[in-house]
Amino acid sequence: MTGTDYTFAYLDEDTKRMIRRALLKAVAIPGYQVPFASREMPMPYGWGTGGVQVTAACLTPEDRLKVIDQGADDTTNAVSIRRFFQRVAGVATTTRTAEATVIQTRHRIPETPLTEGQILVFQVPIPEPLRFLEPREPETRRMHALADYGLMHVKLYEDIARHGAIATAYAYPVTVAGRYVADPSPIPKFDNPKLSDSPALQLFGAGREQRIYAIPPHTRVVSLDFEDHPFAATKAAGVCALCGDDASYLDEVIVDDAGGRMFVCSDTDHCAGRRAAGLGPSAAAGAAAARPPEHRGAAAEAAVCAAAGPARAPVPPDPAGGQHPAPEAAG
Amino acid sequence: MYVAVKGGEAAIEAAHAWLAEARRGDPGIASLTVAQIREQLTLAVNRVMAEGSLYDPDLAALAIRQARGDMIEAVFLIRAYRTTLPRFGASLPADTGAMRVVRRISATFKDAPGGQVLGPTFDYTHRLLDFALAAEGADPAPAPRAAADLRPVPRIAAFLGSEGLIEPQPVADDPPGDLTREPLAFPADRALRLQALARADEGFTLGMAYSTQRGYGRTHAFVGELRIGTVEVEMEVPELGFAVCIGEVELTECETVNQFTGSKSEPPQFTRGYGLSFGQNERKAISMSLVDRALRWRELGEENTGAPAQDEEFVLAHGDNVQATGFLEHIKLPHYVDFQAELELIRRLRAEALAGARAESAE
Repeated sequence: MTGTDYTFAYLDEDTKRMIRRALLKAVAIPGYQVPFASREMPMPYGWGTGGVQVTAACLTPEDRLKVIDQGADDTTNAVSIRRFFQRVAGVATTTRTAEATVIQTRHRIPETPLTEGQILVFQVPIPEPLRFLEPREPETRRMHALADYGLMHVKLYEDIARHGAIATAYAYPVTVAGRYVADPSPIPKFDNPKLSDSPALQLFGAGREQRIYAIPPHTRVVSLDFEDHPFAATKAAGVCALCGDDASYLDEVIVDDAGGRMFVCSDTDHCAGRRAAGLGPSAAAGAAAARPPEHRGAAAEAAVCAAAGPARAPVPPDPAGGQHPAPEAAG
Repeated sequence: MYVAVKGGEAAIEAAHAWLAEARRGDPGIASLTVAQIREQLTLAVNRVMAEGSLYDPDLAALAIRQARGDMIEAVFLIRAYRTTLPRFGASLPADTGAMRVVRRISATFKDAPGGQVLGPTFDYTHRLLDFALAAEGADPAPAPRAAADLRPVPRIAAFLGSEGLIEPQPVADDPPGDLTREPLAFPADRALRLQALARADEGFTLGMAYSTQRGYGRTHAFVGELRIGTVEVEMEVPELGFAVCIGEVELTECETVNQFTGSKSEPPQFTRGYGLSFGQNERKAISMSLVDRALRWRELGEENTGAPAQDEEFVLAHGDNVQATGFLEHIKLPHYVDFQAELELIRRLRAEALAGARAESAE
């Protein structure tokens, strides 16, 4: 396949127009899932076909594209999608969050705050936040139409009754602009606060499920919770072994046969940027790696998160429950 | 340190090179040609055309070669190619009544006008491995030929229809929907269901159909007629103002006759199920007609027994093998961000549960 055999960004112009219309509708009704006639793409369903179609419809020849998977630019699927657009659209690419005009992501929001004019495209496997509570599409559409989210609140309540906490660690449901409950895609709930009031346009594409939805810039996005069980954006209690960051989202890596662990930043651009700025592993990182994680409890973890400080962590979990967003789920 | 998740680009290059080498196999053995696949693995080519929704035996053969014989991968290649083709328009409905049949059988009448034409079928072969084929012997002697009969073959269901014993063919002049151009919405009408079934995975459709035979949404199907042959494809060309034949395609069509004792809204009569597939593809066409019939329970006023084959959302949402395999296999992709979030949650819940247990035992 060469670039010249296909239209700019692979899809034909009629298809791109159809997707753009769906995108405009999605932006006009924040959080609402707009059905669109998803096309078959040359990568498999489940590997980002929705995101790829949204990106294809948004790209212009002047754009600079960044693609991440799990926060990293060099994971295989990110490499594959970035190359696809290099080949079929010939656009410039970058790994620097700050330099990108369009960022396609799977499972993360970059640590570097996004800016006005940037577009963040999420790959979405199951766009329907109510799907695992109600498998039938006509029924879930009705529930959205009536803003009938009682089932979701009951599920969250049952979690608390059973586990003492809401047992959802990623794809944590949110209310967009006070109306639609939406699935933020399987980002860790650590990233949820970044969804709200972002200066960037956030677009969500689900190819197999044929849905597009959007969070326009500066839209209020609230993670569902209860007054007495406020939402908390949590992360592993560790420090990046490469750049020493204790506030970014961390991946856990098993480093030896004895099960020794270390933590590294999930966002590779963020980590590389810190290292380029001369920041390196701290003593704390070594200590975190040496201690088996089982022996660390909730208290230690909360302490690490809280120690991250307000400057870098968008919403540090507040054990006292002082700053949590207005409860959506009081009913 | 930290090498496990690095090096995507070089690794992908190397993996693709290895794949190309593995696809070729032992270079000491002659390479397969696309023409050989098209001519000698015809039923595989047919399946790829049917599920790929693109009638082009050469491309389907190429896809099979490129996919190393992985049928779903070949279907996927065809679908991804098909999506880039411009849509000039739609053909007129194919007239399968005018089909030039190579095979046409009925299980409901011993004989009927047009006759029982067996055609090239495995049905009565003994499934004994033919070691002569392995010996690469001479080509088989030509099969005996009858004089060509160019008269159209009448439909079996029409004989039942003349007595009013079978439901009239539902008439619908609305242009059928197109799930490749419009998002699938539920409830779907019969035309859309049939379109989805026509491109659905053969194995899935077979399993669904088989389940109705074993009591999960039973519909008591007989193969009223199964016909395979070529039909002309006609298209209205705006510049001309009339329809012209733009080619021909081979199709397999199955019409089932289903026992029906009547319901609140319908009198006792036979009912129909319908299956249609590109190429010779009997298993698919028959399976499709059974599932089509099972999905018509609402229209015929039948009871919904909760059988999977009666549930259109279940059948339509899960029958597409390109969608299914993509989503299934995507769990091979890295999920360490989500898994990390789960690890953290489980550790916290465990720590709290263990602390609670300790506090209890201390009391």
